[in-house]
Amino acid sequence: MTNEIASTAPQGTPAPEPPDRIMTLLAYADDNMVLAQRLGELISNAPELEIDIALGNITLDHLGVARALYTHAANTEGEGRTEDDLAMFRTERDYTNLLLVEQPSGDFAHTMVRQLFFDAYQMELWKDLSVSIDPTLGGIAAKAFKEATYHMRFSSGWVLRLGDGTEESHRRTQDGVDALWQYTSEMFEGEAGKYRSAWTTAMETAFVEANLEFPSDPYQRTGGRGGFHTEHLGFLLSEMQWMQRSYPGLVW
Amino acid sequence: MDATELPGAGLVTATTISIVTAQKVAASVVDPEIPVLTIDDLGILRSVEIDQGRVIVTITPTYSGCPAMGQIENDIVTSFEKVGVEDVEVETVHFPAWSTDWISEDGHRKLSEFGVASPVPEPDVSCPRCDASAPRMIARFGSTACKALMVCSSCGEPFDYFKQF
Repeated sequence: MTNEIASTAPQGTPAPEPPDRIMTLLAYADDNMVLAQRLGELISNAPELEIDIALGNITLDHLGVARALYTHAANTEGEGRTEDDLAMFRTERDYTNLLLVEQPSGDFAHTMVRQLFFDAYQMELWKDLSVSIDPTLGGIAAKAFKEATYHMRFSSGWVLRLGDGTEESHRRTQDGVDALWQYTSEMFEGEAGKYRSAWTTAMETAFVEANLEFPSDPYQRTGGRGGFHTEHLGFLLSEMQWMQRSYPGLVW
Repeated sequence: MDATELPGAGLVTATTISIVTAQKVAASVVDPEIPVLTIDDLGILRSVEIDQGRVIVTITPTYSGCPAMGQIENDIVTSFEKVGVEDVEVETVHFPAWSTDWISEDGHRKLSEFGVASPVPEPDVSCPRCDASAPRMIARFGSTACKALMVCSSCGEPFDYFKQF
């Protein structure tokens, strides 16, 4: 019986991966790549030296996750593309990152609100994927989960300090929440809907402590996962990709 | 006399290097940011194999954003070149994910001697200089992705803490 089953099992080269799996890896990679670029813009511009170093460390983590995922997507695809091809030669319409991460950093309060929204989502995503049937993705996720947890201590700590701080820091933090809230539902589209309740609970806790209010406007924007972006992404990519676009294949 | 100065050292080729020697060469590569630790001490060297004369070294990254990984790859290749082996491939695997639990006992000791508190749970960290307990955290994000900055509450010296991950 065992032999019969074995003899009917597919032989030879494995079937190519369905493109949606690669698309999913690219979407997660794009989120981290774009946010790394946004945070990288702040290096040498943070309010304090320690915060500058912290943002640099967080940037490197996001960049590292993006690189691992791009490489994994490229290997899975098996058409000879590299992490650099995927990061540097895909256009705005090819990028499928969330609209949240491409939003400009604004002031420090705004930057920390964007980070908190994203960190809390990443914690749920990576926790879930760390037991993925794809061992490479599982390994990347297991590590990214620990890092997201560490990032969230930083972002939630600052949202608390600023939200519950002075009148001005509170106003700026609430402004950040009001401006970015419209990009949060997009994180939970499709299968990712299962992460919403844990994320919402985390936000409720953070908001109560930080004396912040949930925006009353229910309007939500979407499109990033389909390659339809806010105007900010084009500018970001044109700067990020400039060197490879001008001198293709240039190496350090 | 250094091994690379032995007569004929430059003539060694991948086909003649033994697996034992290859493992020794790979295991001796040090972390560029913490040069007292080898990649073996750190637990990022996963395997060394020889396949039809080609040396295949498999490593795993520490933190996702560790910028030293590229340097480590280059250093592995250079170390083999020094013993005359040029056909070397460095592969990176992500599964299972590295953790600070993989740092050897020797690695823990070397870190402390180097002045870096080794990766134990945060409440158990003691000053690598005077051994006093309960240091104060200054910055959770330190000079590299793997370190946080603390200060001893007894001797007052600031020191790096290798974050437990």
